Amino acid sequence: MVSKLDDYFRFNEMALSLRAQRQQVLASNIANADTPNYKARDVNFADTLKNAMDNKSTGLAPVTLARTAAAHVAGAAAGGDSGVGGSPLLYRNPAQGSVDGNTVDLDVERNEFVDNGLRYEAAVQSVNGQIKNMISAIQQG
Amino acid sequence: MSLSNIFNVAGSAMSAQSARLNATASNIANADSATGPDGTPYKAKQVIFQSIPIGGVKDSGVSVAGVVEDQAPPKLVYDPKHPMADANGYVAMPNVNPVEEMVNMISASRSYQTNVETMNTAKSMLLKTLTIGQ
Repeated sequence: MVSKLDDYFRFNEMALSLRAQRQQVLASNIANADTPNYKARDVNFADTLKNAMDNKSTGLAPVTLARTAAAHVAGAAAGGDSGVGGSPLLYRNPAQGSVDGNTVDLDVERNEFVDNGLRYEAAVQSVNGQIKNMISAIQQG
Repeated sequence: MSLSNIFNVAGSAMSAQSARLNATASNIANADSATGPDGTPYKAKQVIFQSIPIGGVKDSGVSVAGVVEDQAPPKLVYDPKHPMADANGYVAMPNVNPVEEMVNMISASRSYQTNVETMNTAKSMLLKTLTIGQ
């Protein structure tokens, strides 16, 4: 019974958790907009959520790119520790680089930050809807 | 809690940007200081930013790694009547470039504002989270 409830809420719970972590990554990009040699980072949210759902837990080994030749470098951002939800942090491709080696484009980052925040609130609404459904199921039954 | 970490990240950036604004204010204020406590003209100061880990995430926040003095030569101004003038009548004035400083000031204050916005967004997200299940 409890595990069914867990399964029922798990998707939105995972989405909220990953959105919150991504929000911190985006906040770091905005905070470091003037730091020399800082490279903007982000995650592929769809892949991250899919990985997290497939692996049934968040404390999993980071997923790495397939390297078919010895000269290939790993695609994960070096600073990422465990990345977000087990998926690695990736570097953003700069549209226009700057002389000090910083790749933060403030417009892009603010756009992503607001977008991610809005989607987080949408997920909160979704969880609230699920809880209301469950409560009505309990009371009507 | 990564949402609470955003406050630390944005806060570190705000204090770093205000240090930069402080250096700029000092440079503009001393743009005409021909001499300082050590008898030499004022040298423009610049802060150096570096990224620091916050909440276990590497390169997350910002801190001021140090303040460096601009090593450009002083501006020589011809003013024989000035008490600090040398034998040829030139006074060594600070190497502060007012245009550069104004640009720095605008950039620092914009970055500061952006981080305030970041904090506000994080706050509204946290408040929204508290309404789950109500």
